[in-house]
Amino acid sequence: MDQSTSTTGQPAADDTADAPTSDRVLGAPLVELEHVNKHFGALHVLQDIDLTVRKGEVLVVIGPSGSGKSTLCRAINRLETIDDGSIAIDGQTLPEEGKALAQLRAEVGMVFQSFNLFAHKTVIDNVTLGPRKVRGLSKKAAEAEAMTLLERVGVGNQARKMPAQLSGGQQQRVAIARALAMHPKVMLFDEPTSALDPEMINEVLDVMVALAEEGMTMIVVTHEMGFARKAAHRVVFMADGQIVEEAPPEEFFTAPKSDRARDFLSKILTH
Amino acid sequence: MDDFLAGFAELFARYDVLGAFWVNIQLTFWAAILSLLLGSVLALMRISPIPSLQWAGTAYVTVFRNTPLTIILTFMYLVVFSQLGLKLSDDLETTFFWFAVIGLSVYHAAFVCEAIRSGVNTVPVGQAEAARAIGLSFLPAARLVIFPQAFRGAIAPLGNTLIALLKNSTVAAAASVATETSSLMRTMIEFRPDLMVAIFLTFAIGYVILVIPIGVGTTWLSQRLAVKR
Repeated sequence: MDQSTSTTGQPAADDTADAPTSDRVLGAPLVELEHVNKHFGALHVLQDIDLTVRKGEVLVVIGPSGSGKSTLCRAINRLETIDDGSIAIDGQTLPEEGKALAQLRAEVGMVFQSFNLFAHKTVIDNVTLGPRKVRGLSKKAAEAEAMTLLERVGVGNQARKMPAQLSGGQQQRVAIARALAMHPKVMLFDEPTSALDPEMINEVLDVMVALAEEGMTMIVVTHEMGFARKAAHRVVFMADGQIVEEAPPEEFFTAPKSDRARDFLSKILTH
Repeated sequence: MDDFLAGFAELFARYDVLGAFWVNIQLTFWAAILSLLLGSVLALMRISPIPSLQWAGTAYVTVFRNTPLTIILTFMYLVVFSQLGLKLSDDLETTFFWFAVIGLSVYHAAFVCEAIRSGVNTVPVGQAEAARAIGLSFLPAARLVIFPQAFRGAIAPLGNTLIALLKNSTVAAAASVATETSSLMRTMIEFRPDLMVAIFLTFAIGYVILVIPIGVGTTWLSQRLAVKR
């Protein structure tokens, strides 16, 4: 639509974001947020957010609880509506409702904190549901691909079990496979390891790192600094509904510029 | 004691008690199916993202849940049949039967809708979000993800509605279904007031025998089909 006119309005923001990371090769802008605002009652949870994620980029969003990072992540596939501003994916502005929105969501993979596997379906049926009912794949084709994906995330031998029979780490890896089965253009991760027991965090992060290395565009809300250092191109630090700072991970974690970020990092690092 | 039992024997010999119960079972069977279908549609409307559908669903439930069943069934007979002259069959008895089924269905659909909605509330929000996130729009998400789980959570309240429906089927007398149990009971009392206690016990025990398996069955089903989270 008239996205092109509005993007030219703010090349400055893109330039500063890209400046310290010129060593990597990234594609065209894939996810573009412009002047996004959202209120929960009196609370201004997203304040004039501008953010561009390029194809192949891995973006980590970090920040204290209540900073709006989850809301931001959920707004990108419109699980949260926004009050004003615009969000576009691959040049296409998010539709309001209905079929067009459903189609766009099919292009955006989402992984939730609480896994949200369909509780009444087996693992493999969880993965094949979208491809069969949204993409119209045959059961056979969908299952063949689902098995490949489940093998890839290391839970191929659990395919016929119910989600409740799996550990949290296994469930989350199934959830990643379910999202990948739709061949998304971008993957959103909303605190994917926050609900996991410590010994299961790495098995999920390993899958995510592998995904990043394959060039998947990812927006990851997480506090896992190890993941950010290993896989992220850029870290965005949010506080009180605003993007306070963005920098490459090494730079952000070793020399944060803002007081808010320094304060936050000192709190999560001392433990 | 022997006299008392002889009274039962006489009642069963003279009157078609089992046949009367069979009529109520048939009324219940068809009304259960119709009210389940209608109630599901209403529940779908009430949880839909479209305000006018939500409003219509809510209005339906408010009207029919709060109207006495006797009035609905009398309406079916006096207005729909007598005044409007609507007939469902050339056979009057069949017409009355199906009017009673429709009256029972529209009334109980309101309760079925609320039972299903309480089942929907047992499904975590994340299930719907995950369904939407893979690109399912409202109807497929409801059909494939929400309702299959909601029905399992709604089995117990649906069982209660079914029990109420079975007992309420006796109100079909108000829609002129003359062969069902309450009509038969009235006839029996009229002709054999000397066997009053036996008559009451016959129907009371008859309904207890019919209702107990429903309660047991729904409890068993809801445990067996419970979604493990």
